[in-house]
Amino acid sequence: MPETAVAVRELTLGEAVREALAEEMRRDPRVFIMGEDVAEAGTAFKVLGGLVQEFGTERVLDTPISEAGFTGIGVGAGMTGMRPVVDIMFGDFAGLIMDQMANQAAKIHYMSGGKWKCSMVLRTTLGATRRSAAQHSQSLHAWFCHIPGLKVVMPSTPYDAKGLLKSAIRDDNPVIFYEDKMMYKLKGPVPQDDYTIPLGVADVKRAGDDITIIATSSMVQVALGAAKLLEEHGVSAEVVDPRTLWPLDEKTLIDSARKTSRVIVVDEGYGRYGVTAELAAMIQENAFFDLEAPVKRMGAMHVPIPFSPPLEDATVPTESTVCAAALALCGK
Amino acid sequence: MSDVAIDNKLLLRMYRRMVMIRLFEEQVNDLYTRALMPGLAHLYIGEEAIAVGVCEALRSDDYITSTHRGHGHCLAKGAAIDRMFAELLGKEAGYCKGKGGSMHIADPDTGNLGANAIVAGSAGIATGAAFSSKRLGNGRVTVCFFGEGALGQGVVYEVMNMAALWKLPVIYICENNMYNEYTHVSEAAAGDILGRGPAFGVPSESVDGQDVRAVYAVMQRLAERARRGEGPSFLMANTYRFMGHHVGDISREYYRSKQEEQTWKSERDPIKVATEAILSQNIADRAALDLIQAEVKAEIDKAVQFAMAAPYPNVDKVEQDVYA
Repeated sequence: MPETAVAVRELTLGEAVREALAEEMRRDPRVFIMGEDVAEAGTAFKVLGGLVQEFGTERVLDTPISEAGFTGIGVGAGMTGMRPVVDIMFGDFAGLIMDQMANQAAKIHYMSGGKWKCSMVLRTTLGATRRSAAQHSQSLHAWFCHIPGLKVVMPSTPYDAKGLLKSAIRDDNPVIFYEDKMMYKLKGPVPQDDYTIPLGVADVKRAGDDITIIATSSMVQVALGAAKLLEEHGVSAEVVDPRTLWPLDEKTLIDSARKTSRVIVVDEGYGRYGVTAELAAMIQENAFFDLEAPVKRMGAMHVPIPFSPPLEDATVPTESTVCAAALALCGK
Repeated sequence: MSDVAIDNKLLLRMYRRMVMIRLFEEQVNDLYTRALMPGLAHLYIGEEAIAVGVCEALRSDDYITSTHRGHGHCLAKGAAIDRMFAELLGKEAGYCKGKGGSMHIADPDTGNLGANAIVAGSAGIATGAAFSSKRLGNGRVTVCFFGEGALGQGVVYEVMNMAALWKLPVIYICENNMYNEYTHVSEAAAGDILGRGPAFGVPSESVDGQDVRAVYAVMQRLAERARRGEGPSFLMANTYRFMGHHVGDISREYYRSKQEEQTWKSERDPIKVATEAILSQNIADRAALDLIQAEVKAEIDKAVQFAMAAPYPNVDKVEQDVYA
């Protein structure tokens, strides 16, 4: 980005999300927020604080605890001229809204032969290790990735969060925007003015030569931490963040795999039939003859997320487990 | 009956529209029986007065959402029969380029937000459209058609609650044809169906769904109420599905008697009810009604010919329209 004119501050990821929403709501009167305790409470995670004071309760709208109902209202509003941003507090509540997203929002454009559009964003959360137990800790984004007609966005930095959310709001399709609950306080540089990041463009978060770590959302910081540890072992790791799981920037991922010849995919969703499986298969289909080792997948263990801290911590990849896997892949 | 004067022209127009739906559906049944139509269709025969009476009371830019049994709603809201047939046959010229089929006819030009094959699947969409209308101040109302089977789906009550809280211009129309697929409503809906709305502060009433005049009259009142900003309402239209759940549902004795069907067909056919009213009030004579039937039949024949001759979509279109 240019160094002149644009003020860049340190913001948390939560603040970046709020700034994106505020800017889009100022820019476009059709944008509104609806969800449980989004107004005066500013959500359970306090991410939206202050928005209701600026935009009023007509545009920052508290709903009853009726996820399927208000998501459905979002779908209909998104078809008829509004640009709803629907807030689903915990990603675990995906089960409550799946018909609205998978059968309604995702399909109306296709089923109508391209005549109706559903312009809506569904903001929700993922991520374990918050001691919230099995129904408030899952990372279920793979469910939405499975459905044609939906887009899935997974920011890993405050900068990406702001730019991607603004793109999601301006998109004419239903977009699910995932925020890692544990990263709301993560700080990073964010330009003060308007910018967008197109959906479908991966970002190389750290360049390296020996191994590629493809990481999403909450796992990007883990991967960057692992890359630092690997440096001490003389292994140069490249960390690639797809940023959006659909549309997917296959080229950047494949190019990195070809360059380093070793790949680990790390994603906080369940490994089985999940995002890591998809990305690993894609890499092997496209870069098989450039690989020195099978693609390694790392995701949440295939268990309901337990409450007890030592048990919960064991379920998700960490810097040290990713580092160990990378060393093994490099034969070290 | 109605306390609203229904002028003669209007009644004849509604009669013609009901005949169009009836003949359309009979043609669909025929195409299916002759294996000329892919998939299945859920026929609206017997329920025509509801769609026609309701949509006649709407503005052309008002919204509707429809159901798996939706041909009647789409036609009543102004869909063209040739493109309807083309869609049912999976042809490129269809309303959805053949991608939707019988259960997914949608058409922005007539305010049709789409027929929905998930029971109660459109309750959210309809309420969301009403939300937009209120925010945008465009004066449009939305009608959410659903069968009494949808009373078993919780999302109906979620959105009704919000529509009442936010005073949205939406009218929930429950077409009670008495059968949730193959199960009688008495086995599926406990308590008082009309008691559900008032629990949310949503005024609720019922209407004889076989009398297009009665449906039109009550609908005019409900549409005006919604347009005035007084919030949602709930209308149960009592009716009967003359045919099976779908065109392939031929043997029905295990869930309802032939005599019950016969009674409805001979005594409560909405087209007969309208015919008797028209003749007894000397609005038109038998010959005039026969002429309407013949004219509509000719339109249907032409539309079917168009649809049969129309090309299928090219296979290279299969990945189009997934994303806007």
